[in-house]
Amino acid sequence: MDTLIEHWTARINEAANAGGKLAIRGGGSKSFYGGPENGEALDVGGYRGIVAYEPTELVVTARAGTPLAELAAALAEKGQWLAFEPPYFGPAATVGGMLASGLSGPRRQAVGAVRDFVLGVKLLNGLGEVLSFGGQVMKNVAGYDVPRLIAGSLGTLGVVLEVSLKVLPLPVAEKSLRFALDEAAALQKLNQWGGRPLPISASAWHDGILTLRLSGAAAAVAAAQRALAGEVLDDAEAAAFWSSLREQTHAFFAGNPPLWRLSLPSVAPPQALGPTLIEWGGAQRWLRAGDATAIRAAATQAGGHATLFRADDALKTAVGVFQPLTEPLARIHRNLKRAFDPQAVFNPGRLYPGL
Amino acid sequence: MSMEDTIADRRFSIDRATLIRRLREVLPVQALLAEEEEMRPYDCDGLTAYRQLPLLVALPEDEAQAQAVLKVCHQLQVPVVPRGAATGLSGGATPHPDGVLVSLAKLKRIIRVDPLSRTAVVQPGVRNLAVSEAAAPYGLYYAPDPSSQIACTIGGNVAENAGGVHCLKYGLTVHNVMRVRGLTIEGEIVEFGNAALDAAGYDLLALLNGSEGLLAMITEVTVKLTPKPELAQVVIASFDDVRKAGDAVASIIAAGIIPAGLEMMDKKAIHAVEPYVNAGYDMDAEAILLCESDGTPEEVAEEIGRMTAVLERSGAAGIRVSQNEAERLKFWAGRKAAFPAVGRLTPDYLCMDGTIPRKRLAEMLEAIAALSGKYALRCANVFHAGDGNLHPLIMYDANQPGELDRATAFGSEILELSVRFGGTITGEHGVGIEKILLMAEQFTEAEIGAFHRLKAAFDEHGLLNPGKGVPTLARCREYTQARAGTASPAPRL
Ligand SMILES: Cc1cc2nc3c(=O)[nH]c(=O)nc-3n(C[C@H](O)[C@H](O)[C@H](O)COP(=O)(O)OP(=O)(O)OC[C@H]3O[C@@H](n4cnc5c(N)ncnc54)[C@H](O)[C@@H]3O)c2cc1C
Repeated sequence: MDTLIEHWTARINEAANAGGKLAIRGGGSKSFYGGPENGEALDVGGYRGIVAYEPTELVVTARAGTPLAELAAALAEKGQWLAFEPPYFGPAATVGGMLASGLSGPRRQAVGAVRDFVLGVKLLNGLGEVLSFGGQVMKNVAGYDVPRLIAGSLGTLGVVLEVSLKVLPLPVAEKSLRFALDEAAALQKLNQWGGRPLPISASAWHDGILTLRLSGAAAAVAAAQRALAGEVLDDAEAAAFWSSLREQTHAFFAGNPPLWRLSLPSVAPPQALGPTLIEWGGAQRWLRAGDATAIRAAATQAGGHATLFRADDALKTAVGVFQPLTEPLARIHRNLKRAFDPQAVFNPGRLYPGL
Repeated sequence: MSMEDTIADRRFSIDRATLIRRLREVLPVQALLAEEEEMRPYDCDGLTAYRQLPLLVALPEDEAQAQAVLKVCHQLQVPVVPRGAATGLSGGATPHPDGVLVSLAKLKRIIRVDPLSRTAVVQPGVRNLAVSEAAAPYGLYYAPDPSSQIACTIGGNVAENAGGVHCLKYGLTVHNVMRVRGLTIEGEIVEFGNAALDAAGYDLLALLNGSEGLLAMITEVTVKLTPKPELAQVVIASFDDVRKAGDAVASIIAAGIIPAGLEMMDKKAIHAVEPYVNAGYDMDAEAILLCESDGTPEEVAEEIGRMTAVLERSGAAGIRVSQNEAERLKFWAGRKAAFPAVGRLTPDYLCMDGTIPRKRLAEMLEAIAALSGKYALRCANVFHAGDGNLHPLIMYDANQPGELDRATAFGSEILELSVRFGGTITGEHGVGIEKILLMAEQFTEAEIGAFHRLKAAFDEHGLLNPGKGVPTLARCREYTQARAGTASPAPRL
């Protein structure tokens, strides 16, 4: 076995025996996300490198500490990419951190999330066992779908050692369009367009402007551009805009007020809870500040949930980062945590207090 | 050691009279079957080689009745086996001798189709095709299209994470389901996922997909609907060599094309299908590929051009492009009728479901041909080539002594090879009882142990569909020891 893995196994066993806690860290780029870090750092960034990549299989397997940028560069060389456009939030972002945080970028509305592209994981569980689930093929229903369960579990179920991901060809053509619309009209349009076979790969509404991105075959993008009209953006400007949303460098995300992420049905009406930026065809709504109780209630009422995406630890502790779970979901969560990490060694409280 | 024994690995001692009395209190008379002749039609699913009468059959008419049945069963510690349309091919819905078989077939209401949010809310007994039919007036459809779609239910699709011929581009069931409402074994109502694109906490919705009725009983599903493409066209390419056809699949992907469907059939399959449906397939071909493009007319024209060029370069002996919708459907009709067509040629068949890296397709076909000789059984091959998912159809006659055993051994060798090639024993049909022992081929004891703990997180006493999906550790050891005696163990990949 790899000496790094042996070393981690020893630390896990030691922690398990002594009631210790470990905070798993990839590049630390998403440390801001989730509950406060708690426990001794377990740095997994050193376990890196692409293990296997065959473009014709549309699959890449990489160690968890592989920098996302390194993976993206290797894929781009073969005209492929991670189609869900994962956010980096900094140059140190790793493949393991991407999977564990489960965050997806602007293209999520069109192609799916991280969890939709995970084919396999190799995991070090709280018993210090190395376990492989899923694999390197597109379809696999042998055993429970643990790889997708790990997506978004914030390192609470184990240390991800290796990940296999489905990759796709880069789109041939791309065009972004802009429309002046108020929030309600933009939501209406986004949902109507969503029901038509248009190659919309991203959308954003903020401050009276709706921006759309079309991606795909040149002919399809050109046809949609004609059908939708709208003001055409300069390509460089458009690329910078979508990247500023993905990386949250857009002015909307600047400053100190708490940042909330509302995940709602795309057809939910405007929420009128504060300054808003809408993505994913209406299904992801960012909100600055606001009253936690009102926000959580509104999200539930609309059929979704709210996450306190960025805030200081005091507020996070006071109101919780993620929408509280109701029974029996909470019970199933506790049981699953015990199934993978019986001594509760990994990332305590990162997802939910007590988990 | 045979597969149906694994169901009975755990026996339960049930007071049948008490159980009947308690269930009668919560179900209408017609919703509880207790006589052998009434229960006979429920003794198997699509894996007809294995039959087992349940203790009782319950046919709840709504969620409340299903819930009441679970509460009674949980209280009396009676196993429960959920069942949809029983088209499953791995024995997932095979009854347990001490258990209640709960058919969800009567929960078949389409609750809502919402064109604006592009979703439909349906009960679990709704047939797959019925969802697309209900969505059609809005220019929408439900993308996953298993060949069994006229019969199989959404509940069964979720439980198996069913695929179809269009899933390379449009995804499997797990990619097209937003919310599952279900019942825990205790009879509590639980919601996995929601009407948004994600839910708080662990992705339990992903776990429910492909859980084979072992984690929860599904009572309602919200599915995503997809806009119908303006146009779809399919190319049929025939090849005089299966290796060329296999390589053409890799070349299409290498060219940056993700076809809407990419299917392959070998000569035996073509010869079974063509006389049956007259799809227009080339009877001289060693293999054919069906390669579909969809999108705007401009996009399709461009893509069909690129596909045709790649297929020609790959040495296709003949290429035809569907010229209208009727012809496209005719070309697909052959592929979709492959199982029943083979069924006409043989009293019985076993359908395998391994998935392998695409680049091993040709090698696998050659290995299957050799095994066909070894076991003296015919085998026709249809593949979801784009996904590397194989469906070898092993033909046998259950009335000939020893043939079923030979067919089973033949199938096992194919699946062992699938694992050795870097793939899996099942791509979409599930483990059920059919492949339960082969799980030891793919997973270590530690991994099997993790699956058991995961199951217990939902169902502490193991009452939901016992004996399916994951073998006991004792069975794993038995299997590994038996294998060690006959062959070198497969390397861990
Ligand atoms: C001719 C033919 C072609 C096929 N083609 C395909 C194909 O292209 N792709 C594919 O993926 N499959 C295919 N199949 C297999 C089968 O149709 C699928 O597995 C289907 O999803 C099973 O659905 P069902 O309603 O028949 O479920 P069943 O067979 O009744 O049950 C299947 C499993 O689901 C569980 N289950 C059923 N309903 C529920 C519920 N409400 N709650 C919890 N658990 C439940 C059962 O316990 C069982 O484990 C084919 C089968 C046939 C016979």
